[in-house]
Amino acid sequence: MDLALLVSILTVTIQAGTSLVFATIGEILTERSGILNLGLEGIMIMGAVTAFAGAYHSGSLLVGLLIAVLVGLLLASIHAVLTITFRADQVVSGLALTLFGSGLASFLGQRLGPGGKPLVGEVGPKFTKTAVPLLSEIPYLGEALFKQDPMVYGMYLLVPLVAYYLYKTRPGLHLRAVGENPATADAMGIHVARTRYLYTLLGGVLIALGGAHLSLAYTPGWTENLTGGRGWIAIALVIFATWDPWRAVAGAILFGGVNAIQFRLQAAGTTLPAAFLGMLPYLFTIVVLVIITWWEAFRKRVGAPAALGIPYVREERG
Amino acid sequence: MEIVFERRLEPSRLIAVLVPIISVVLALVVGGILLLAAGADPIQTYRAMFDGAFGTPYARSETMVKAIPLMLASLAVSIAFRMRFWNIGAEGQLVMGAIATAWVPLFLLHDRGIPAHTLLLLMGLAAFVAGALWGLIPASLKAFLRVNEIITTLMLNYVAILLLDYLYTGPWKDKEGYGFPGTASFKELAALPRLPEWLNAGRVHMGLIIALVAALLIWLLLLRTKWGYEIRVTGENPEAARYAGINLARNFLLVMVVSGGLAGLAGYGQVAGIAFRLQKGIAVGDGFTAIIIAWLAKLHPLGVLLVAILMAGLSTGGDQITITMGLPAAMARVVQGAILFFVLGGDIFVRYRLRVIRTTGKT
Repeated sequence: MDLALLVSILTVTIQAGTSLVFATIGEILTERSGILNLGLEGIMIMGAVTAFAGAYHSGSLLVGLLIAVLVGLLLASIHAVLTITFRADQVVSGLALTLFGSGLASFLGQRLGPGGKPLVGEVGPKFTKTAVPLLSEIPYLGEALFKQDPMVYGMYLLVPLVAYYLYKTRPGLHLRAVGENPATADAMGIHVARTRYLYTLLGGVLIALGGAHLSLAYTPGWTENLTGGRGWIAIALVIFATWDPWRAVAGAILFGGVNAIQFRLQAAGTTLPAAFLGMLPYLFTIVVLVIITWWEAFRKRVGAPAALGIPYVREERG
Repeated sequence: MEIVFERRLEPSRLIAVLVPIISVVLALVVGGILLLAAGADPIQTYRAMFDGAFGTPYARSETMVKAIPLMLASLAVSIAFRMRFWNIGAEGQLVMGAIATAWVPLFLLHDRGIPAHTLLLLMGLAAFVAGALWGLIPASLKAFLRVNEIITTLMLNYVAILLLDYLYTGPWKDKEGYGFPGTASFKELAALPRLPEWLNAGRVHMGLIIALVAALLIWLLLLRTKWGYEIRVTGENPEAARYAGINLARNFLLVMVVSGGLAGLAGYGQVAGIAFRLQKGIAVGDGFTAIIIAWLAKLHPLGVLLVAILMAGLSTGGDQITITMGLPAAMARVVQGAILFFVLGGDIFVRYRLRVIRTTGKT
């Protein structure tokens, strides 16, 4: 196979996978604390629209990112208050967040353009590819890995950082304890509710940044339904990754790869209709989920945090 | 001083009734703030929305037209949720039902001279089966391999919608349609009758009767049959259900046949009663709104009917302000989402009360 083609597929794969990695890692942190947040799609799309609007009006990418961070915090805090303090059903709360977020994003997209007009079709600042000196000189791989936009480099740092934090530090241990056995964690003196708040909010920030990567780098600008189900794919990736940051990367690359191949085939003028190529990522998600579930069951092992989705009430613990 | 939730001895009925009402009011306040930010007068906008939804006989009939698919889809969602099977795929099941509905008169039984009422019956059957089969995919995966149904039902939505788009813009596209993306119309062959003229119900079709009958049947099924009892027990306590010897796998499959089938019928109503062809505007998110409706109605089949009409009103009212005031229709979705937030937050007060505890020393 042509090496240049491989490099270009890998390049697109990484670009397509970056938003997924941010969102998946965010959700892993949240779920590790025992909170299931199904509002990913809503937070991501809100992150996308507000980041672009912020960057568009201020002319600064950093402002765009900051706004996305704030929006992620705000939306995740709705979920946190409802599920942690008010003990609401986590599934329904997350779904409500997705519906609310996608409605609000659509509303804002039609209002936040110049002079209260729609944002659709506007061109704003975007992250451009910057080559990392030396590293980008590596034959083939350098081209694909180190001639990317800054958010991709952010992702390169994020993954080992989160993995180290989760497995090698004391707060990471506390986080895992809260998700596995909140009663024991509580007895150890860890503040369960506070921990869950912290990681639900932190997760929200990362998820919103994933959305921001879409509107500021991958497909710069705003269109209705920009995320196209990526939030949900990220939720599937969390299961695929068995709540492990490194495997999340593997999963995101796989999905980004499917995306990249889909574009390739389209560009090459395949006889397959575009609709069927469009179905690939979704069908692929199902297939992968089936395989991974089967595999985990086969190994008699469940990767999910034991207390995932269960509210913790000290007075009523069983 | 510390504020804690204290469990009530008895769940409060008063608060159970008040929560949805207060939630709607608070959600409208949230929407009002958004409207103010968008430079519109909230009171005036809400009045325009209300008039657009319930103000005139025409508005009321259009709201009912919108309510029909919502009722059926919400029934579909609520029976699955009763069993804690998170069917987020009503949208896709609705779409598959719509495709099957159009397939019967346009291709399967085209030019056979079959009378309209027989054809309509077969179309309804096809829609139910198509929705049920689409629902059986995630149900079997869950029942036999324990695959997370939230993801699979959701992913299948995207697949169904892409398939629908492909069909009416590609192989099923009307050759005499002057490039208009959509299949040929089958209105002459088979169209769901409208309600009788004297009711003055505009475009409201027999799908409404289907929805009402379905609600009644589901209600009877849930509360008056052994199987309904099994579903409820499984939803409330899966462990207990397993110990009681309830066959979970079989029930997942059966529930999803009913759920997917009902969602398929929602698609049937939209195609056989309104559009008479496949075209843009069939997958408009009714399967997602259904989730809100089901939850607001506490998964009660008869409550679903009422909430569906209210949500339909919010939607037709939302369309109205888009036309007359140039405000985005997405407003309605924001308010719907906000209602759900407040209901979720308010529900705790049914079982708990707030209590202030004085603590001595440092807090």
